[in-house]
Amino acid sequence: MAASGSDTVSVVERTRPIAVVGGIVAAHFLGPTAAFVLGEEAIVLVPPDGDMRRIITHGDAILATAADGARIVSGGDDGKVVATDANGASRVLANDAKHRWIDHVALGPDGAVAWSAGKTAYVQAKESNKQSNKELREFEAPSTVGGLAFFSKGFRLAIAHYNGATLWFPNATGAAPERLEWKGSHLGATVSPDGRFLVTTMQEPMLHGWRLSDRQHMRMSGYAARVMSLSWSAGGQWLATSGAAQLVLWPFQTKDGPMGKTPRLLTPSGHRIDVVSCHPSTDVVATGYNNGLVLLARIEDGAEILAKKPGDAPITALAWSGDGRLLAWGTDSGEAGIIDLA
Amino acid sequence: MSEQSSSSEKIPVTVLTGYLGAGKTTLLNRILSEPHGKKYAVIVNEFGEIGIDNDLVVGADEEVFEMNNGCICCTVRGDLVRILDGLMRRKGKFDAIIVETTGLADPAPVAQTFFIDENIGRKTKLDAVVTVADAKWLNERLKDAPEAKNQIAFADVILINKTDLVSPEELSEVEARIRGINPYAKLHKTERAQLPLDAVLGRNAFDLDRILDLEPDFLGSDKHDHHHNHDHSRDHDHNHHHGHDHTHAHSRGGLKHYHDEEMQSISLHTDKPLDPDKFFPWVQDLVQKEGPNILRCKGILAFKDDDQRFVFQGVHMILDGDHQRPWSADEKRESRIVFIGRNLPGKMITDGFESCIVT
Repeated sequence: MAASGSDTVSVVERTRPIAVVGGIVAAHFLGPTAAFVLGEEAIVLVPPDGDMRRIITHGDAILATAADGARIVSGGDDGKVVATDANGASRVLANDAKHRWIDHVALGPDGAVAWSAGKTAYVQAKESNKQSNKELREFEAPSTVGGLAFFSKGFRLAIAHYNGATLWFPNATGAAPERLEWKGSHLGATVSPDGRFLVTTMQEPMLHGWRLSDRQHMRMSGYAARVMSLSWSAGGQWLATSGAAQLVLWPFQTKDGPMGKTPRLLTPSGHRIDVVSCHPSTDVVATGYNNGLVLLARIEDGAEILAKKPGDAPITALAWSGDGRLLAWGTDSGEAGIIDLA
Repeated sequence: MSEQSSSSEKIPVTVLTGYLGAGKTTLLNRILSEPHGKKYAVIVNEFGEIGIDNDLVVGADEEVFEMNNGCICCTVRGDLVRILDGLMRRKGKFDAIIVETTGLADPAPVAQTFFIDENIGRKTKLDAVVTVADAKWLNERLKDAPEAKNQIAFADVILINKTDLVSPEELSEVEARIRGINPYAKLHKTERAQLPLDAVLGRNAFDLDRILDLEPDFLGSDKHDHHHNHDHSRDHDHNHHHGHDHTHAHSRGGLKHYHDEEMQSISLHTDKPLDPDKFFPWVQDLVQKEGPNILRCKGILAFKDDDQRFVFQGVHMILDGDHQRPWSADEKRESRIVFIGRNLPGKMITDGFESCIVT
């Protein structure tokens, strides 16, 4: 495989190896502290100069997480929505009355939290100092919610579901949520940083997109597997996606987005990419493969840097620190690493 | 396919179907209460009336989602995609998964979920569809409830339950009705769903490597009838068009034979080699056109100039096949295919199959 050839630049030796007990399902950074989310019960915090700590956040499975640099919000099959900070302090934000699974969570730019249980999506606005009365807004989707995404501006949420998606202004009581139609099951959602495009992942190995100004459709297909991971490049010029044996980047530089354009394809490999994560400030994408390989790819010219050699377990988590200095990776079998690129 | 983990590491999933009141929950509770030392994750409908005694019970919504490919029979259970994704985060905490469907559920979207969703197919495997039938009421349900017929036709294992509530004549009547629809399922007659658990669990009915034998199952009782039915179904054109729903029976060797007007099985056989360049286009075209009507199909094939046995199976339009192993020296090289479906064009299928034989 070309990627692990001897002439490839490597940053593998800059890795701080971490071993946790249990499969890793996601990774985040809280400042310089890496957080590895386990499939069950706990989040493992690894401060830059300290020992790792295992913070129990849920009774059983952790089904979804989102982070904004200051806290991780997680949803579990115990019906709880929990916020955890870098010090390991965790707090229950909500407890589903019927103990339904919390399938999805999302964090808004102004501290709002959204989550869903079955067909119901909830939004809790940020608590102000004066009001402890956190008003909970509720939206009943036409089918099980497949994914949630906040817009970066305005208090607005995109909800993916069967046969389309819904755009919801939780504070606009009385205004009907806006329905975007497209046949099929939509299982994930992301909004472009400029708020002009909504992209959903589908049950089929493809993406669907809407240009929100005129509801133009975009079909993005050609994947080998269901797309499970999406990441916008710094500035939102590209959407990096998993699900193929190479990194698929859809161009979003123009007002037409990827309409009529072909994606840029980088880091070809015989193995499927399961996770992607774009660097927060430069056009570099970390790609995690199902054979345990991690590569860094420069979008401009496709130059590759080896970040982790292939191993036994698939890569399941990738995250950049907010300053772009640290990259965390995790695998299905609890192997993890933090790479210092400074 | 090559990168998938081996099937032994995958969590087996058993699907329990059956019409309302047939005894699904009785069977489920029996499975859970046996001293087998195994842990099960159980997925049940939200509105089940009988309590389930298990640590891990998940409520399902039975959401059937069409795939966005223009095919109405390509469906998945959307709630199962979500629940299985979540359950696999707790792998190691249970040995197997049991999905109990409602009496009105179609088993096909459940089965297709495992074939269509690669992420789920990588971590779990469909073990078998087990249908519980009520000895007293099944005949009535077959007349008025298309779901009941679907569940029988789709099954790998059928329990004729509550046999203590019917006479021997009624029992053989219901057995013959079931055989008229699905002669291939393993059939068990039970009271209060009592039977050895290995009769319903660990069946590997969807494992290509276990497709060994496509002979009809007749409780191993009557070799003569066994053969009779096999020959009969091969040569007979089942595609009657009487325009109304009735069944006709004929009796030979003591066991009644019914033909369900709507749902039949077609068995094809040849001991001459097949031409793969003709067979694959033919079978693809067949399931494209007749997919909505074909519930299940299975086959063991002998191709010309090919030392390997080829096996395949399908649910509606979805086909899954592979070379299984070399033909052994003492084994007769022959091809055999079984279709179970609704209003199947028997002559067209038979003619099409015969055109794939190397001449």
